[in-house]
Amino acid sequence: MFEKPAELKKLFEEKISAVSATAEVEQLRIEFLGKKGSVAALMQELRNIPNDQKKEAGQAINDVKQFVENAVAEKLEELRKLEEQKLIDACESYDESMPTDNDIGSYHPITLVRREVENIFLSMGFSIEDYSEITDDYNCFEALNIPKHHPARDMQDTYYLSSGQLLKTHTSAAQNTILRKYKDSLENGNPIRAIFPGRCFRNEKIDACHENTFFQMEGIMVDKDISISNLIYFMKTMLSEVFQRDITVRLRPGFFPFVEPGFELDIQCSICGGKGCPSCKDSGWLELCPCGMIHPNVLTAAGIDPEKYIGFAFGLGMTRLAMMRYGVKDIRVFNSGNLKALSQFTEKSFTKPEESKEA
Amino acid sequence: MFVSINWIKDYVDLSGLDIKKLINSFTLATAEVEDIFVKGEDVQNVVVGEILSIEDHPNSKKLHLLKVDAGEKVCNIVCGAPNVAVGQKVALALAGGRVCGGEIKVATVAGYESEGMCCSEKELGLSDDNSGIMELDKSLVNGTNIKDVFPIDDIVFEVDNKSLTNRPDLWGHYGIAREFAALAGRELKPLKLGDLSYDGDEQISVTVGREDLVYRYSCIKMDNITKNKSPLDMRIRLYYCGMRGINLLADVTNYIMLEIGQPTHAFDASTMQNIVVTTPKEKMKFKTLDGVERDIDEETLMIWNGETPTGIAGIMGGLDSEIVDDTKAVVLESANFDGVSIRKSSSRLGHRTDASARYEKMLDPELTLAAVGRFVELVKSIDPDAKVASKLTDAYVRKYPEISLSFDKKYVDRYTGIDISDEQIMRTLTLLGFGVDFADGNYTVKVPSWRATKDVTIKADIIEEITRIYGYDNFEITTTRSPLKPVPNDYSRLEDAEIQDLLVKRYCMHEVHSYVWCDGRKYKKLGIEVQDNVKVLNIENSDNGILRNSMLPTLLVMASENKDFADKYGIFEIGRVVDGTKDDGSCNERKHLGVVLYDKSGDEKALYFKAVEMVNTIVDVIKKKKAVYNKIAPEQNWQHPKNTAEITVDGKKIGVLCAMHPANRAKLDKTAAAVCVEFDMNVFNDISANGISFCEPSTQQSTYYDISLVLSDGVKYSDIAASWEKLSVSELQSARVIDTYEKDGVKSITVRLVFAAMDRTLEMEEVQGWIDSVLANLAEIGVTLKA
Repeated sequence: MFEKPAELKKLFEEKISAVSATAEVEQLRIEFLGKKGSVAALMQELRNIPNDQKKEAGQAINDVKQFVENAVAEKLEELRKLEEQKLIDACESYDESMPTDNDIGSYHPITLVRREVENIFLSMGFSIEDYSEITDDYNCFEALNIPKHHPARDMQDTYYLSSGQLLKTHTSAAQNTILRKYKDSLENGNPIRAIFPGRCFRNEKIDACHENTFFQMEGIMVDKDISISNLIYFMKTMLSEVFQRDITVRLRPGFFPFVEPGFELDIQCSICGGKGCPSCKDSGWLELCPCGMIHPNVLTAAGIDPEKYIGFAFGLGMTRLAMMRYGVKDIRVFNSGNLKALSQFTEKSFTKPEESKEA
Repeated sequence: MFVSINWIKDYVDLSGLDIKKLINSFTLATAEVEDIFVKGEDVQNVVVGEILSIEDHPNSKKLHLLKVDAGEKVCNIVCGAPNVAVGQKVALALAGGRVCGGEIKVATVAGYESEGMCCSEKELGLSDDNSGIMELDKSLVNGTNIKDVFPIDDIVFEVDNKSLTNRPDLWGHYGIAREFAALAGRELKPLKLGDLSYDGDEQISVTVGREDLVYRYSCIKMDNITKNKSPLDMRIRLYYCGMRGINLLADVTNYIMLEIGQPTHAFDASTMQNIVVTTPKEKMKFKTLDGVERDIDEETLMIWNGETPTGIAGIMGGLDSEIVDDTKAVVLESANFDGVSIRKSSSRLGHRTDASARYEKMLDPELTLAAVGRFVELVKSIDPDAKVASKLTDAYVRKYPEISLSFDKKYVDRYTGIDISDEQIMRTLTLLGFGVDFADGNYTVKVPSWRATKDVTIKADIIEEITRIYGYDNFEITTTRSPLKPVPNDYSRLEDAEIQDLLVKRYCMHEVHSYVWCDGRKYKKLGIEVQDNVKVLNIENSDNGILRNSMLPTLLVMASENKDFADKYGIFEIGRVVDGTKDDGSCNERKHLGVVLYDKSGDEKALYFKAVEMVNTIVDVIKKKKAVYNKIAPEQNWQHPKNTAEITVDGKKIGVLCAMHPANRAKLDKTAAAVCVEFDMNVFNDISANGISFCEPSTQQSTYYDISLVLSDGVKYSDIAASWEKLSVSELQSARVIDTYEKDGVKSITVRLVFAAMDRTLEMEEVQGWIDSVLANLAEIGVTLKA
C-alpha cells in the first residue's frame, strides 16, 4: 500500500485549517500543487511503484490533487465571504426615517381646479378661450340683454375705471366676443363649444365668504338644435366628471337676463345624501351653477340668427369649487399670498377617482 | 317673503293634496322656498274658558286666584295678568296641553294649585302682545278648542325675495296662489271685491304732474269708520307673514299688499282734497310717518294736497297726514308708479320699504282697482257702518302695451328637446292666466297684464312657463346631436401651463394670486413708487385705486410678507397688468409672468444667476431658442441701477431681469435679497418655437481642449464665446466653463472646448488650428491666455 498520498492529504488538511488569509491560501496552493510542489513530487515517486500497484497509487495521488484543488477553492470562497461579511458588518444601517428636505413647489389651488375642469371640457370637445379682465359696459351688460336701469346692474357692484371701461363682473362678459369669433364657423356647420375661465371683480366688502376678486368659468354651446333636455344631460354629465361621482341635479327657475329660460342648478348634497345637514342648510341641495338657454337677444347682439341657432350657457364658480374641493373655509386665502397656506397645494393636476375628495 | 297656506287656500282648493310636496314643487317650478314653519304645533289643548270668580292671592300683590269654567270642569287657576275680570272669556291652556314650547302641568304657584294657564296672544304665538291675557268674544262656548275659533294652525313658508325680482306678480298671496293652482291643476278663485257705488257728487281731484313717472293713480274716500282694531284672524295672518297689527286701516292696507302685492296708502281724509302727483320744484325737507325728516330732491316723486306735501310716492306717507286710531274718514291711494324712479328715489333716500320693494319690480297697473275693491270689501266686512264717500277717481296715464306671442308646437319641441302635448301646453298657460288661441297647430298667446310689465315679452319666455310647470325633473334627458370636431389648440395656454410646471416642479416655486390694483400703503413700506396709470374710480380704499403696470411690486410685497415661511423661496404669478392706455383711450391690458426669488441670507449674486438659469431654461424648453440679456437703465425706482437687464429672444424684448436697488433692498429685511423676472407673456407667446433638430451622435472619439483666459474689465462671456462661434466649425460640439478664478482683482476663466467629427478621429494638428483661430479672435478683443 502506497501510504504517502494519505499522509500528504493529512498534512494539507492540517495546514489549510490554520490559514486565515487569501495570500496564505495561494502559498499553500503553490506548496502542494505548484510545479515543484508536494503533489508533483509524489507523481515523481510513482515510477518506483510496482506496475500492479501503479494504477491504484496514481489514482490516490490524483485524489489528493483533486482534494487540494477543491479545498483551496473552498477556502478562498470562505475567506471571500468572510471579507464581504466584514464589509457588511462595518457598514452602517441607514435610517430611512430621517427627515428629508423635500423642496416642492406649489400651484395656486385655482390652477389645480381649473386644469382639472379644463381637461374635462377638452375631452368633451370644448375649446378653451381667453378673455381680458378689463372690458366695457357693452360686453359686460348691454350685449347680455342687461339694459341700463336693469336691476341686474344693481346686483353687481361694478368697479368702473378712469378709462371709461370696467373690470368684468362675470365671465359672461366674454360671450359676445366668443360668439362673434365662431359665428362664421357656426354657419359652416361647426357647433360652438367653448369655455372661458377668468378672473372677475365685484365691489364687495371682503370677509371669509366674499372676495372682490374671484374666478369663474363660463361655458357655451350653440348649434341648430340644442334643447333644455340637452342642457340638463350635459350639466349632469359634466358635473359627474368634475366631482368624480354620479351627480343628482335639479333645476329651478333662475333669473338672469342673458338666458331664457334661466335656471339655478342644484346638486344633491354629498355629505348627507340629500337628507339635509348643516352644509346644505338642511335642504339636501347645494346651489352650484346658474345656467340656461341663451337669450335670443344675446345671439342677435353677436350677429347670430336666433331663429336658426339656439344654445345654452352656464357658469361655474371656480373659487367656490376650489373651496369645496379642498375644504377651504376662508375665501381670503386665495389672494393672500400666504405661503403657509398656499404651499400646501402641491398636488398633481389630476386625481385618481378613488382618491377624490368630495365636497 | 312669508306665505301662509291658509291664505292660499282662500283662492285655491288644496284639499286632498300633500302640502309639503306642493311647496317643494313650488321651489322647482317658481322660486326657492328657504324655510317651512308649521304654525300652531305649539298650541295644544287650549280651550275657551270663562272666569267665574276672582280672589286676591293672600301672599302676592300681582297674583289672583281664579275659578275658570273650562266647559267640562271648573279649574283653579293662579294668574298674574292685570286684566282679569269676572265673566271674561279667556284662552285657557289645560294641564297636558302645550303653549310657549312647554307642556302645561298642574303646578303649585305661591302655595296654591293651578290647573292651567290663561294665555296672552304672545303666549299663543299670535302676536307680540303680552300686556295681558286675551279677552275673547263673550258669545263663545266654554270648552271650545281655541283652534276651532281662530286659524292658529297654518303652514307658512319663506321665499327669498331675491328669487322674486323678475316676478312682480308673486309679491302677494294671490299671485302665489295662481302658481299653486297651475301646479295642482286646480282653478284659481276670483278676488272678492267690494261694491264701489256711491250716489253723491264728491270726487277727489287728482292731477298727475310727472306723467313719465306715473302709470296710474286711483283713489276713493270712505267715511263713518268707527272700529279701530282689526279682527284677530286678520292679525294672525299679518303676524304669521312677518307684520305687526297696528290699527284697522293700517292693517287692511298691509293685508291688501300681502294679498295682491299692491301697496296702498290711507290718508286722513281731512288732509287730502286736491291730490297732485309730481316732483318738487326745488330740494326740500319732509317728515315721513316714522318721524324721520328726509332730504327730498327734484327727481323724487311726491304726493301733495294742493301745495302741501303729504307723502313720498311709493315709499312712505307723511307724518302730518297719518291716520290715527280715531280717524273716521280716509282717502285710499292705490297707485302705480314707475319702478326705476321709485328704486332710484329709495336708494337716494337710503330708505327701502315693503311698498318701494314692490314698486321696483314694476307692478301690474291693473291691480290698483283690485286693491280699491278689496279695501272697500274688507273695511265693510269688519265695520259694516263704514261707507264709500266719493266716486272713484282713476287717472290711468300710461299703459303697458298688450303682448301677444305666436309660435307653433315645433318651436316648443325644438327648444325643449322633448314632446309636451298640446293639451298640456294649453292647460298650463290657461291656468297661469294666459289667453291661449290654438288653431292649425299654431298658438297665439296673450300675456296677462300681471306678467306683461317686463317679465314675459318674447316667445322663449313662454317656453319657461310651459317647462317649469311640466317639471324639469320630468324631462327625459339626451345628449346633443352636434357633430364632433377636433378642438383647436391654444398654444398660449399650453405655454403658460408649461411655465407653471417648470417653475413649480423644477424650481420649487409657489404660485400666488394678487390683486390687479396697487396697494399703495404696502408699496410704501418697500419704498416702491406707484406709477401713474388707469384708476379704479369706486374702490373703497383709495390707496388701492391705481391699476398695476407690473407684477413685480405686488409680488415683492408678498415675498416680504412670508419671511417666516422659509429662508429661501420663490413665488410667481401669471396675471394681468395695464400698460397705460391705447390710442383709443382703452386700457392696454397685458398678460405678464412675474417671478420673485427671495433669500433671507442675502446671496444676491447666486439668486441672480439662478434667475438667469431659470429664464434660459424656460426659453430653451418652450421655444428651443436662446435668451439674450442687455443691461438697461431701471424702469422703476426700486430696480438696481447696475443689475437691471432686458431679456430678448429673436431680438424682441420679452421681459426684464433685475435685482433690487440697495435702498429698497434694505427695507425687505436686514440681510435679505430678492431678484425679479418679469415676462410680457403676450410677446413671449407670439415668438415662434423651433422644433427638435435631430443630429446623429458621433461615434468617433471626441477631443477636448482647455483654454484659460484672463478677462479684462467689461468683457462678458458672450464676447469670448463669439470667438469660437464665429468659426462655424461643425466639429465643435460644446463649450463649457469649468472654472472661474479671481485673484488680486484679476479675473480668469477656464473653458473646455470639445471637438468631434462624424467620420474620423480628429488629429491634434487639426484641433490646434481651430484653437489658434479662437485665440486670434480673442486677441482682437484684448483677451489673452492666462500666463
